Formats: sequence, C-alpha cells, structure tokens
Amino acid sequence: MVCALLMVFACQNGFAQATETAEADNVEAVAEAAQEEVFDAGPFIIEHVIDSYGWHICGSGEKSVTIPLPVILFDEGRPVVFLSNKFHHGEAAYNGYAMGWEENTKGRIVKLEGNYSDYTGHLEEGEAYANHVCKWDISITKNVCALLISIILITCIFLSVAKRYREHPDEVPSGLQALVEPLIVFIQDEVITPSLGKNSNKYAPYLLTLFFFIFLNNMLGIVPIFPGGANLTGNIAVTGILALITFFVTTFSSGKEYWKDIFNTPGVPWWLKVPLPLMPLVETIGIFTKPFVLMVRLFANITAGHIITLAFVSLIFIFGQMNPVIGWAVSPVSIFFYIFMGLMELLVAFIQAFVFTLLSAMYIGMAIGEEEHEEKTAVVEA
Amino acid sequence: MELIKPSFGLIFWMLIGFGILFFILAKFAWPIITNGIASRNKKIADQLEEAAKIHEEMQSLNKKHDEMMAQAKNERDALLAEARKVSEEMYEKAKLKASAESQAMIEDAKKAIYFEKMKAITDAKNAIANFSIDIAQKVITEELKDREKQEALVEKWLEDCHFN
Repeated sequence: MVCALLMVFACQNGFAQATETAEADNVEAVAEAAQEEVFDAGPFIIEHVIDSYGWHICGSGEKSVTIPLPVILFDEGRPVVFLSNKFHHGEAAYNGYAMGWEENTKGRIVKLEGNYSDYTGHLEEGEAYANHVCKWDISITKNVCALLISIILITCIFLSVAKRYREHPDEVPSGLQALVEPLIVFIQDEVITPSLGKNSNKYAPYLLTLFFFIFLNNMLGIVPIFPGGANLTGNIAVTGILALITFFVTTFSSGKEYWKDIFNTPGVPWWLKVPLPLMPLVETIGIFTKPFVLMVRLFANITAGHIITLAFVSLIFIFGQMNPVIGWAVSPVSIFFYIFMGLMELLVAFIQAFVFTLLSAMYIGMAIGEEEHEEKTAVVEA
Repeated sequence: MELIKPSFGLIFWMLIGFGILFFILAKFAWPIITNGIASRNKKIADQLEEAAKIHEEMQSLNKKHDEMMAQAKNERDALLAEARKVSEEMYEKAKLKASAESQAMIEDAKKAIYFEKMKAITDAKNAIANFSIDIAQKVITEELKDREKQEALVEKWLEDCHFN
C-alpha cells in the first residue's frame, strides 16, 4: 500500500515538474494548482484504509491509474451495473448516480433527484443536487475484489494441498504442503483440540477456514501492490461478519450448561441474582460483547497498524512541504519506522488470526460445556 | 465515521464469499488434509512402535546369540580339552604299549640269545664229548692193540673192582 503511495507522489512530482517546464508562461496557474494540492495526512490516510469503488494503483488526480470495478446497484428493484470509472473520481454523475459528497453520504453512491435523475456529466462545485443514498449497493468494491481474490487464492492453495495428500498419502510433505501443514497442525493442536476436545472434528473446518482466511487477508493487506493492499480484515463489515458467524456457531452449539451458567451462574452469591438479576444481566450482555470484542479487536489492530504505517510515510511529505531538505532528512527515519512497523504488522497478522481463532474455539468450547472444563482453564492460564 | 460504518455490499459479498469458501474447504480440503495428517501421524507412531519392538527383539536375539556363542565356545573348549585328554591318554597308552613291546622283544631276544647260547654250549659240550670219545677211543684203541696190555688193563680194573 505504502509502495503505491510512494509511486503516487513520484508521479505527482514528475507531473508537477513536467507542467512547470511545459507551461513556464502560465506560472500563476501552476502555483494555484500547487496550492490546491496541499498534502493533508488525515484524509489521505483514511482514504487508503477505507473501501473504494476503484482499485487505485498509482498517480493522483486526473493522471492516476485506477482499476475500474463494477458498480452493482438495486435501485427500486431494478439492477444497475456500470464501471466505477464513469464517476471520474467522484466528479461526474452517470445516469443520475454519483459519489456522495456530503458528510453523511461520503464514500457511498447517491441517486440524484428531480431534474438530474438521469443526468450524465460533470458535477458542478457548489451546486445543490437533491439526492438520496442508494441502499441496495452490492458493488464489487476494492475490498470485495480483494475478498474474491483471497477466496480464489485460499481455495487454490488448499485444494492443491488436499490433492497432494490424496495422491501421495503418508509421504514426506513438500512444497506448499510443507508450508501450510505446520500451521494446520499448530491450529489443530494448540487451538482446536485443547478448546473443543472430542468435538474437534465437528468444528475444525470452520476454525481452520477462519484462521487461514484472516491470516491470508492480513498478510495480503500488508503487501502494498495490486493483489494486496486492500484493508479487508481492517474493515468492520468483514470482521463483523466473522464475529457474527462465531456468535451463531456458539449459540447454536450451546448446551444446557451454557445457559445455566448464564441465567444461574454457579459460585456467585444469591443476592446477585435475586431479586435484581444482576449476574444474569451481565452474563447476557457477555453473550453479545464476546463477538463484538472479536470484531473490534481484529478491525482495530489491523487498521491501526495500517494507519501508523501510513502516518510514517506521510511524515516525509508533511516535512517535505515545509522544506524539501527536511523531507529528505526525515525520510530515512520514516522509512526505518515504516520497516519496523511492517515487521510488527507481520507479527500482528499472525497473532490476530491466531487470537480470533483461539477465542472463537474457546467460546464454542465453553458453549458446548461438558467435561473439557479443566483443559480449557489450562489454556486460559497458558 | 466511514471507517466504522459497515457497508451493505461488503456484508453481502462477505457472507456469500465466506460461505462458499467454507463450503468448498469443508467439503474438499479439510477432511482430506486432517485425515492425511492423522493417518501419517498414525503411520509414524506405528512405525516407531514397530521399530522399538524390532529393537527389543534384536536385543533379545543378540542376547540369545551371545549366549549361544558363549555356550558354543564352552562346548568347543570342553571338546578340545577332552580331545587333548584323549590324545594324551592315547599317547601315554601308546608309549606304554611301545615300551612294553620293546621290553617283551628285549626279553624274547634275551631268551633267544640264552637259548642260542645254551644250544651253543650244549653243542660245544657234545662236540667236546664226541671229540673226547673219539680221542678216548683212539687212545683206547691205541692202548689195547696188544693182548698184554688188554689183559693188564683188565687185571687192573678187576683189581679195582673189589668183589666183596
């Protein structure tokens, strides 16, 4: 991602220089353009962390290279499909559809109303267009695209590994198999079996899929160039769905013990339950906070890592704006911290995938209850 | 705020995508992989156990082999010792026998020599007697050629013979 940013700025500078030499007589216009392109780190960072309708490769403004992705909308039950480059980076409308520009519609597609309901063309600055947000938007955004790529990647990896196991049973692992097998064994032996005991086989497919999905997307998120770079596991929708699935799996596999622990918690004084059901209330909230925390933890960790990384890169340009010399002087420090953060992110990519899987496994294990209690406490202590 | 606002599209695709991914992996990948690992683990464990068993067997075989070797050695030593004893005995016996035989031969030789000597002595005696007789005969014949001498002799003998 950051590499792409560097390219962005390289292109920008190159572009600026070219303009300067070519249009030496139009100095005022250039100065004005430069004035407009004041670097603002906040929106710049957020822009790179959130989802978007096109996959930005390099460059900025009109010169940027962006892979257009399909926009798919259901407008009053009518499917609408077109490529995102029709928006011209949010400056144009297409058949009455445009990128939201107001505070509450930013980053979403809006439908213009009234005279503009079929308008195609440039949107004038400062003009008030009546609009409403398109609710049923299932566009292939950058994150959806990254999701599909990662799904294809994971499927290819594990089907080929499975093929290897099928065709060469009981042989020394090699290639891709040797790469993923230690991870599979680690998750099985350290996460699934201690948490779930004899129910391991039933939940192993979900937990393994979960781990590898999060891990691979975390790793792809660190890669700054095309197939990587989308902040998928740092998106609240993605982590939310994963947490929601864990929540449903937990709830539907829960046994009698689980609900008894919630509504009649053992080992707690009676006055915490009657007449005011304090403990049951806390425990009931706990049912929902657990997946909520799962969602927030993964989202926050990955997004925070990206934000910090981007902030270090932004530093170069912030200082560079004051004086190019300071910018150059700051860059080694920034790059050093950038690399350091990159390594941290590698660690975080694994740890967060591991933690999400471990907690999911433990929640499911707790919900099933039964006799694996001792094993679980051992894991918690460890 | 955009950062923490989940978008409908991503939720939609995430549900479908993750669902499909889970379905594919749960059906075509995880069972094969986990069973593959489990089966290999089992195979390795079995082989280790087998190796341990074989090692134990080897050790017992080795022990047995050593025992047999020791026994064989003992037996060989015993046999050798016995053979040596027998040969010594035979040698002794042979020696004894040989000496006895030589003794006997010496005895025989001695006897033969004695007989031969005696025979020679006897022969010599006989020869001497014969010679003596012959000489005596010749002497007597010479002495008794004439009548007077015979008579004188008879006379003498008669005189010697006292008929009383």
